[in-house]
Amino acid sequence: MNHSIRNAWMAAVAMFALLFGAISYVQVIGAGDLNDNPWNQRAVLANYCNDRGAIIVGGKPIAESVAGDETCKYQRSYAQPELYAGITGYFSRTYGSTGLEQQLRDELAGSSDQLFLDRVSQIFLGSQPKGASVELTLDPVIQKLAYDLIPDGQRGSIVVTNPKTGAIIAMVSKPSYDPNLIATHDPAKEQASYNQINQVPGINLNQSVSGPTGELLAPGSVFKLVDTAAALSSGKYNKDSVLPNPDSLPLPGSSASLPNYAGGNCSTRNTADFPFALEQSCNTPFASIALDLGQKAIADQASKFGFGQDFGDQLKLQSAVSVFPTNLDQAALAQSAVGQRDVRATPLQIAMMTAAIANKGVQMKPNLIKTVRAPDLRVISEPKPEALRTSTTPDIASQITQWMTDVVSQGIASGAAIPGIQVAGKTGTAQLGDTGLNNSWFTGFAPANDPQVAVTIVMEGVNVSTGAKLTSPNAKKIFEAVLNK
Amino acid sequence: MILAITTPKPRRNVELILLVLALAVGIGASAMVGLNSTAAFDSDFWFQSSLLIVAAFAFHMILRFRAKYADPIMLPIVVALNGLGLALIHRMDQPGEDTGNNQLRWTLLAMAVSIVVIWFLKDHRLLRRFTFISLAASAVLLVLPLVPGISAGEVLGASVWIRLGPMTFQPGEIAKITLAIFFAGYLSSNRDLILLAGRKIGPVQLPRFKDLGPMITAWLVSIGILVFQRDLGTSVLFFGLFIVIIYVATSRISWVVIGIALILGGGFLASKFFSHVAFRLDSWWNAFTPEVFDRSPGGSGQIVQGLFGMADGGLVGTGLGQGRPDLVPFANSDMIVALIGEELGLIGLFAVVMLYMLLFTRGFRAALGARDAFGKLLACGLSFAIALQCFVVIGGVTRLIPLTGLTTPFLAAGGSSLLANWIIVGLLLMISNTARGPVDTTPITHAPTEAVQTS
Repeated sequence: MNHSIRNAWMAAVAMFALLFGAISYVQVIGAGDLNDNPWNQRAVLANYCNDRGAIIVGGKPIAESVAGDETCKYQRSYAQPELYAGITGYFSRTYGSTGLEQQLRDELAGSSDQLFLDRVSQIFLGSQPKGASVELTLDPVIQKLAYDLIPDGQRGSIVVTNPKTGAIIAMVSKPSYDPNLIATHDPAKEQASYNQINQVPGINLNQSVSGPTGELLAPGSVFKLVDTAAALSSGKYNKDSVLPNPDSLPLPGSSASLPNYAGGNCSTRNTADFPFALEQSCNTPFASIALDLGQKAIADQASKFGFGQDFGDQLKLQSAVSVFPTNLDQAALAQSAVGQRDVRATPLQIAMMTAAIANKGVQMKPNLIKTVRAPDLRVISEPKPEALRTSTTPDIASQITQWMTDVVSQGIASGAAIPGIQVAGKTGTAQLGDTGLNNSWFTGFAPANDPQVAVTIVMEGVNVSTGAKLTSPNAKKIFEAVLNK
Repeated sequence: MILAITTPKPRRNVELILLVLALAVGIGASAMVGLNSTAAFDSDFWFQSSLLIVAAFAFHMILRFRAKYADPIMLPIVVALNGLGLALIHRMDQPGEDTGNNQLRWTLLAMAVSIVVIWFLKDHRLLRRFTFISLAASAVLLVLPLVPGISAGEVLGASVWIRLGPMTFQPGEIAKITLAIFFAGYLSSNRDLILLAGRKIGPVQLPRFKDLGPMITAWLVSIGILVFQRDLGTSVLFFGLFIVIIYVATSRISWVVIGIALILGGGFLASKFFSHVAFRLDSWWNAFTPEVFDRSPGGSGQIVQGLFGMADGGLVGTGLGQGRPDLVPFANSDMIVALIGEELGLIGLFAVVMLYMLLFTRGFRAALGARDAFGKLLACGLSFAIALQCFVVIGGVTRLIPLTGLTTPFLAAGGSSLLANWIIVGLLLMISNTARGPVDTTPITHAPTEAVQTS
C-alpha cells in the first residue's frame, strides 16, 4: 500500500509541477504579451492615479496632478484648459491620452530611462512614483493673444515660431475644449463630456492629430513661395525675369482655364515680374512657371520645405504629413502650383516654410520643449536648436524675403505692416469648392533683416473680406507683441 | 534515524517556533496592507491579530495535550495560509463591506470545531465505524441544496448553497470529508475482495462487475452534482478523491485508467448537453476571442482579468495593497490566487504553492506512517483532495485547465470551505499523531467487533 501512496504523492507533485510551469508562464514568460493586450487597462490605470509631472508654460503649470479622492490619489488638472488643449491633449481613464500627455507619457509618468535612478530610490523609500516636469517654449502672453485673435465660433489656427531656433512661441486653434472634463474620475461624467465635446464641429477627440499640427488644408497662394524658390533655384529664372500674366491661362488638355483674381490689380498688366506677381498674388505667372519647370522641380522644392517629410524629433506632438500630389497632368500641375487642387499643408508646415526663408534657407527643427526636469529639479533633457534640413540657398532666401517685404509694404498684405519695422509676408486664399468660402492664410516674419518671429495664420471657411480682416491685421498684432517684449 | 524511530519525539516546540513565524506572515501581511491603505493599524487590526494569535496558540496547546506526536509542520502552514488569506480579504473590503471580519469569525469557528474533533475523537480509527453513516450523511449533505425551503437557490450559476438563518453554507464542502471517510472505510474492509476477484486479461486485472459498484456510485454522484448543482469543480474533486483512494487500496492502475476514462467521457457528454459546461470549456480555450471575452455570464473576462493581474505582478509583484483586485471579478474568493500573483509576484505565489505542497506532502507522510489501512486511505484521500483542489483552482486561474468554482483552501473567502479544511487538517493531525507516536498496543475502546485489522 505504501508504494501506491508514494505514487499518489508523485501524481500530486506532478500536478503541482504543472502549476509552477503555468504560473511561470503567466507571470514571466507570457507576461509581456498580456501586458500589451489591448484589453489590459492596468498600465493606463496604474499611471492614472500616480503623481504625474507637470507641463509648465512661463513658470506656471498648465497641466498638473493634484490631490484626488480615495479611489485615486491624484487627479489631473488643467489650467486655462481651452487655451492649451491642443498642446496638452487630455489624460483620461477610459479614453487614454493624446497630445503631450500621450507623447511625453514616459517622462510625465516618471518611467523614462533617464529617471531610472529616481525609480530605484522610490522603491527603497517606498514613496509614490513621481514624474518629470516638462517646461514648454510657449510664451503664455502670446499664446493668449493668438487664441483671442481667433473669434469664437471661427475655425482657425495660429502658429508663432522663432525662425532662428525653431522654438514654438505660440500654437493655438479653435474650436477647443476643456480636457478637465475628460480627466474626471467619474466615469459617467467622463463619458458624457467626451460625447458632448465630440459633437462640436471641428473637434474629433478620437484623432491623435488635430489643430495646427494635424489639420491638412489647401494652402492657396502661400504655396507660390515654393514656386518662386523652385524657379530661382532652377537657373532658368532670376530676379529680373519677366513672366507671362494673362488674365486667364488655358489649362492644357482640358477645357477649363486658370484665372487671376478678378477684382485685383493683376489684370492691369499682361506680363509681370516676380515682385508684382507676388505683391498682387497673380495666379497665371506661377502656373506658367510650374508648367515650364515640370512637376518634379515643384515637388522637389516642396519636399525641401517639408512637404511629405516629418518635423524632426523635438516637436513631440503627433503631426500630419503635408502633401504635394504626384502623377499630375498639366492641368492639375498648374492648379497645384497655386496651392489648390490636392495640395494639402498643415498650418505648422506653412510656418516651417516661412521660417526656412527667414532663416537663410535653413529649416530648424520645430521645438516645443524647453526643459525636462526630474522631480528633484535636475535637468534631464534640454533640447538645443538643431537644423532640420536646408530648404534653399541663402541668396534665394534673401531674394524671396525682399519680395515678401514688398508684399507687405506695397502689396495685398499691407495690413501686416508696422511703422519702422520691415515685415515680410504672403497671403493666401484657397477656395473651398464653389461655396464662395475660403481658407484665408497669412504667413510672414519680422523684422525682415533680422527675423525674430514668424507668424502663420489660417482662418477656415471665411469669405474674402472676413479673411482679409482676420489674417494680416492679426499678424501685425502678434509681431508687435513679440517684438515689443 | 533509528533512534528517531524507536523513541518518538513530539516536536511540539518546533511547532511553536514555526507557529510564531506563521503568525508573523499573516499579521505582517495585515500590517503591510494597513500601511498601504488609509486605515493603518486601526482597532480592527489589533483586535483581529490578537484573536488569531490566541486561537493559534490554543490549537497548539490542545495538540500538546491530546496529540503530542502530531505532525509539527501542518498547523503552522495552515495558520500562515489562513492569516495571509485574512489579510488579503480584509484589504479588498470596500467601505461598508465586512468580508474580512466574517472570514475571521469563520476561521475561529473552524479552528474551534477542529479542536473539538481532536479533543473528543482521540483516535481516527473510531471513524471507521461510521463508514455507512458517512455515506448516508454525504447523500443528505449533497441533496440539501436542492431541497426547497433551505436551498439558497441558484447562486452564480451553481446550486450548492443552503441558507441557515442569516448565513449561507455549502454542505458539499463537508461532504468532501464524509465521502472520504466512506471510501476509506469501505475500501479498507473490502480491498482484499476487490484485489483477488476478477478476470485477468493480459497484464490488466479487470475488476468484477459487482466490485465496480462503488465506482459507479461515485461516478453517478459526481455526474449528479454536475447536472443538478451545476458544479464542475466539486464533481471533479469527488471523483478524484475516490480514484486515489481505490488506487491506493488496490494498487491497481487499471482503476485509475477506468476512472479517468469515465470522467473524460462524462465531461464530454456534459459539454454536449449542458451549456454551463460548454461555456466553461469555451471560455478556457477561446479566452482571448472578443465575443467570448465580452459574453456575460459565462465569458472569459474574469479569467483574462486575472491573467492581466498576474502578468502585471511579474516576478516580484506590485506589493501588498498595491494591486487592482477591483478589476477582477470575485478577487477575494475564486480569484484570490491571481491577486497573490499580482501583489506578491511569482516569488510570493510560488511560496504559497510550496506551502500547499508541503502541507499535502506531510499528509502523505502521515499516510505512509499510519499503521492501519483505514488511516492510510483516509490520510491519502484527504491529502490528495487538498492537492487536487489547489490544482483545479490554480490551474483554472492560470488557464492551465478550465476555470471551475472551487475555493483555494484556507485562503479564499468562504466559511464552509474554511470549516471543512480545518476539520481535514484536524483529521490529518490525528492520523499523524498515531503514525509518529509510540505503537499503541491497547485495543481501541469500544472497538467494533467486526473490524478487521489490516496493516
